Amino acid sequence: MLKMIVCMKQVPMVSDLPWDPVTGTLTRDAAEGMMNPACKHALEAALMLKERHGGHITAMTMGPPMAEEILREAIALGADRCLMVSDPKMAGADTLATSFTLARAIEIFCPDFDLILCGCHTSDSETAQVGPQLAEELDIPSIAAVEDLDLRGNTLRIKRVSDNFLETLEMDTPGLVTVATGFFMPRYASMAGLQDAFREPGILTVGARDLGLGEDAVGLQGSATRIVDIFSPVAKKENIVLKGAPKKIVEELFERFDDTIGSLIRKDLKAVE
Amino acid sequence: MAQKRRSIWVFGDYRNYFQNRVTLQLLSRATDLAEKIDAEVCATVFGHEVDEWVGEYIAHGAAKVYVCDNPGLKFYSTDIYVALMERIVRQYGPEIILVGATSFGREFTPRLAKRLKTGLTADCVGLDIDDAGLLVQTAPAFGGNLLTRIVTPEKRPQMATVRPGVFQEIPHNYQATGEIVNVPLSGDLPKDRVRLISSERQASREQKLGEAPVVVCGGRGMGSKTRFKNLFELARVLGGEVGATRPVVYAKWADEDALVGQADRHISPKVLFSFGVSGAIQHTAGIKNTGFIIAVNKNPNAAMMKMADVAIVADAGQVCTALIRELKKRIRT
Repeated sequence: MLKMIVCMKQVPMVSDLPWDPVTGTLTRDAAEGMMNPACKHALEAALMLKERHGGHITAMTMGPPMAEEILREAIALGADRCLMVSDPKMAGADTLATSFTLARAIEIFCPDFDLILCGCHTSDSETAQVGPQLAEELDIPSIAAVEDLDLRGNTLRIKRVSDNFLETLEMDTPGLVTVATGFFMPRYASMAGLQDAFREPGILTVGARDLGLGEDAVGLQGSATRIVDIFSPVAKKENIVLKGAPKKIVEELFERFDDTIGSLIRKDLKAVE
Repeated sequence: MAQKRRSIWVFGDYRNYFQNRVTLQLLSRATDLAEKIDAEVCATVFGHEVDEWVGEYIAHGAAKVYVCDNPGLKFYSTDIYVALMERIVRQYGPEIILVGATSFGREFTPRLAKRLKTGLTADCVGLDIDDAGLLVQTAPAFGGNLLTRIVTPEKRPQMATVRPGVFQEIPHNYQATGEIVNVPLSGDLPKDRVRLISSERQASREQKLGEAPVVVCGGRGMGSKTRFKNLFELARVLGGEVGATRPVVYAKWADEDALVGQADRHISPKVLFSFGVSGAIQHTAGIKNTGFIIAVNKNPNAAMMKMADVAIVADAGQVCTALIRELKKRIRT
């Protein structure tokens, strides 16, 4: 039987979030959470494989206790089992510490997996790093941003576009894929299914101690990077007003903003000498 | 052995060379950063028959290029490139590694950083050196609504992937000289656990309006269907997509699928050129995640003009025409 793990993350629903200026981390408890959109596509890909070939899906997440909601949502959508990795000591983890922690949890609680599916990136920190780093930590092959996948025996066949190349790739299980958005349209959970999922007894929750990890291995302490500060670039709109004849205005626009506009449209707009 | 000087490495990502100049942009930025920490700028090139790229990187600022040339390296491979890169990083100990945030860069670099047990910042839009000599990496979060500055205080190398188009490349210098280090590939290449069955170059995939980084949006102020058509030419020159307001779609100057601002018709371009749009709430709600806004309208008090970075008070159709003409002069192909 195909044993799959879908790693998912709860992300804040709003885009303008308060953050803690002292630690430089977001005060996530101030916002409503939801399942990261790309993770929904990863779960959908897993459900598609399960429908075709049979299988078993473990939905797992690392996060604060409220992130349990997305695991229950995953149950309502068709996941068979959940694993919640949660510990205050794990707060502030960068992708290095996150992938390390997830790998230890997988080794202990779902060691005989065939395929791990992750979303291609999260909508909050947008690094797209945890999937590939989790594969590296588990020493298994990985393919990022897959658009189509199927299984024959223990071989996964994958299609994706990478830097304008349409690639067909194969890898043997166990492996990891990150799933692109837009190709596996997520189904909706029925209200009854959600109610049942939220009525289920407690979800298996494990902390650092259960994983045999010391404080220095997880969270901020286990991270290589440090956040210096977070700031909002949007607040600085200057609203510069240009007036006059269209031709003159356009010349002035380029004199003042050729670098800005050029970098945004990825073209060199410096005046030809 | 002579004392190792510090070095900043740039990963040579030469696939799609003519469209994607990110490696050259990074060599340029690395040159600025290297001055601040007294380091040498180096590039790496993995592939087969890669002399052309080695020469290009030297002409664009690399003082040294580490080259792995082998027929087995003809196609990009995460497994193989990570193993090779790990080997030479451990041997030469660079202080910083910069990689373009291309599809490959964003797949390869996380595994490399993990292998080296060091920090990595994704998709940076700024790089600098602080007073302590650390690389300060500015990365976007929440769709670019927030920027985060990140450092890697202790682990080495400090690593970042960098968004293409952020930095300007240094002009090509034919006189530049650099050292070429041919990395010996003893024995077999590292194993690749992913098999490439086929790879075909595609024409750039048609962008959807919602994901387009550049959008030209027109409203009733464009005046007529004929003048509205100029926006398509402007979008073509800019490499962007055309959006439209509801009145324009009703008037059949644009198709329904160009409509911006109804439920689920949100756009979040890096730059929006807005022509003759008054800025009704349904429309502005659909563009609130836009980066830089240039608005053109005869009425300086239009809501759209108030939320613009640059508000141009003039006839939208005339500015559109002038803009097309000026861009064609400036964009060399």
